[in-house]
Amino acid sequence: MNMSEQITGAQALVKALEHVGVDVMFGLPGGAILPAYDPIYDSSIRHILVRHEQGAGHAATGYAQATGRVGVCIATSGPGATNLVTPIADAQMDSVPIVAITGQVASSSIGTDAFQEADIRGITMPVTKHNFLITNADDIPRAIADAFHIAGTGRPGAVLVDIAKDALQSMTTFKWPAEVSLPGYKPIMDPQAQSVTDAVALIAQAKKPVFYVGGGVIKANASKELMEIAELVGAPVVTTLMALGSFPDSHPQHLGMPGMHGTVAAVTALQQSDLLITLGARFDDRVTGKLSTFAPNAKVIHADIDPAEIGKNRIADVALVGDLAHTIKALLPVLKSAFKNDRPDLAAWWQQCNSWRERFPLGYDEPEDGTVSPQYVIERIGAAAGPDAIYVAGVGQHQMWASQFVKYEKPRTWLNSGGLGTMGYAVPAAMGAKVGAPDTVVWAIDGDGCFQMTNQELVTCALNNIPIKVAIINNESLGMVRQWQTLFYNQRYSNTDLHSHRVPDFVKLADAMGCVGLRCESKEDVDRVIAEAMAINDRPVIVDFSVHRDAMVWPMVAAGTSNNDILVAKSMAPIWDSQEL
Amino acid sequence: MTTTHTLSVLVENSPGVLARVASLFSRRAYNIDSLAVGPTENPHISRMTIVIKVDGHALEQVIQQLDKLINVLSITELDPVASVQRELLLVKVTTSPQTRSQVLETVQLFRAKVVDVAQDAVTIEATGNSEKIQALLRVLEPYGIKELVQSGLVAMERGLKPGMTSHETSH
Repeated sequence: MNMSEQITGAQALVKALEHVGVDVMFGLPGGAILPAYDPIYDSSIRHILVRHEQGAGHAATGYAQATGRVGVCIATSGPGATNLVTPIADAQMDSVPIVAITGQVASSSIGTDAFQEADIRGITMPVTKHNFLITNADDIPRAIADAFHIAGTGRPGAVLVDIAKDALQSMTTFKWPAEVSLPGYKPIMDPQAQSVTDAVALIAQAKKPVFYVGGGVIKANASKELMEIAELVGAPVVTTLMALGSFPDSHPQHLGMPGMHGTVAAVTALQQSDLLITLGARFDDRVTGKLSTFAPNAKVIHADIDPAEIGKNRIADVALVGDLAHTIKALLPVLKSAFKNDRPDLAAWWQQCNSWRERFPLGYDEPEDGTVSPQYVIERIGAAAGPDAIYVAGVGQHQMWASQFVKYEKPRTWLNSGGLGTMGYAVPAAMGAKVGAPDTVVWAIDGDGCFQMTNQELVTCALNNIPIKVAIINNESLGMVRQWQTLFYNQRYSNTDLHSHRVPDFVKLADAMGCVGLRCESKEDVDRVIAEAMAINDRPVIVDFSVHRDAMVWPMVAAGTSNNDILVAKSMAPIWDSQEL
Repeated sequence: MTTTHTLSVLVENSPGVLARVASLFSRRAYNIDSLAVGPTENPHISRMTIVIKVDGHALEQVIQQLDKLINVLSITELDPVASVQRELLLVKVTTSPQTRSQVLETVQLFRAKVVDVAQDAVTIEATGNSEKIQALLRVLEPYGIKELVQSGLVAMERGLKPGMTSHETSH
């Protein structure tokens, strides 16, 4: 193509997306974005037509989490754009790289309350890493180049590009920027040498160190480096909800997940630690419990690519600002030479940690009324699909059980909405993950509440050959809210009963949406039905697992309380040895 | 301990940048004492002077969060001793034939200016640091202040070009 050739802004947009290497986008057209859909018709980029823009946003997120590449969603102005707000906020909270492209009313109409006008740039300012409003066709290629650079580098995040309709329609010559020029954006990749030395000095002195590992390790593709430093130091490892799979669950140093529903061993190891080696984690309230009582005797090494995370919630003794793979690689040689003379003896610490691990393993009770326990269903799905499958959860009890009872061995095999806690995330995110990893088995583990928020994307899956598998952990209620009502509101179940035993009939619904619907109502059938679902690969499968509705997620640190007050079951604190606390 | 800090922030002169900064302060629950924004010698760059009351730890957070905004180019905390800090005040003071000369004397003492005179009032323009402006207002108050408008603080480092002398907090 001649570089001086006149093309429309819309053509320039599609060409720019091809330039940055986009292979798929999820979207739904409308008036203001319509000019862009004409060149999309001819493009090599696969466009998947969703049934709701929220589905497009979560699909872009699932795609990005499964592949590590930037996910793309596209929608029209006004309601199309506002429907993207939830997935944009969701991706930003979990540092997932996505670019959202929205049409905007013509620049001459901006500010007039025109039909389908919404100030989506203003609306998304607090929930994006950055956003753009483009009113001139000439600016489109640079905006796209910048957007993908910002979304995918440093601490990844959500970027929105809002393009006025007249910018899409007017003529321009395509100029691809030779380089990204963002003087106000220069992520720091390597930690300062002095900080590396200081961190190693703390590690060498620690008696009770713990690796507190967050989702940043997965974002930085630093699992290999994590394994190396963990085995070198020999300290216990805990992986947060966002970090599951970054370090194998089966590894003997792994104590499990910390936090509100973490293992007693992981929570208590953090509490009793004298040094937190924090890698890409952000001291979220769901991990720390009451912040003032969190790990009171621990010094903190905090490694993160985002300098604003350092000291945000917990003051760091040593800050390592940089890419985590670079940071760990910088630490390794200094650690090795420090360990030559003096290796920390962690035997006593391990004795304590192992004792917690042995005495308080994860577990669950079988329901006395003969109904199926939800934990069992999830455990069996994990056993059947194995560590190579991708598991995508919604938000609530089923999410916590999926984090506890599926065993994760590899990064990017566990996708969930950790920060924003977006119900309805699972089905569209599983769709995006399956598009990004078509040869991988993708199981959405969803609740009956979550499923009813976004299940229409199964139509998209059925029509676009995206054969995901969905397990509805059907307890006929908003289970996590119900659990809190059981524990904190005198069992007054205000508006948490969904009555979803047969309304809707999920099997018929599956059938209506072009999917296979299966039902499982007894423990004996669980393995057989899972096997049946595993055998279907030409269509999406939905399995309605009827489960016990009063099952609860344990252990639990109640919101706002100290991690010291972890309960292993209702009103049941772990029984500690007197010298342990 | 909560103290007042003055941040001199260079930003790209692009649409929405003020909204971004304001949105950040609102979202992170930081209270701005004053904010002044205007052009610099470079037409592509604007300077914001932000006065904020926070403790030292929170200040570090404010700076780091501001620095995450793509349009923010640099952030410098200005030392009150090593910088020139000015506010602009316009104040309309009630005067009578008996008090007018006293008011005009005050204007002279503070090296302020009378910019408008009416039958029963004078309008005074004054510039200075916050202490001077407050002191002037205290003296004028007994005469009766009819109307008052005050700018945010603008500030600049003494000596070399800003950013060349004190520690740069941006990356």
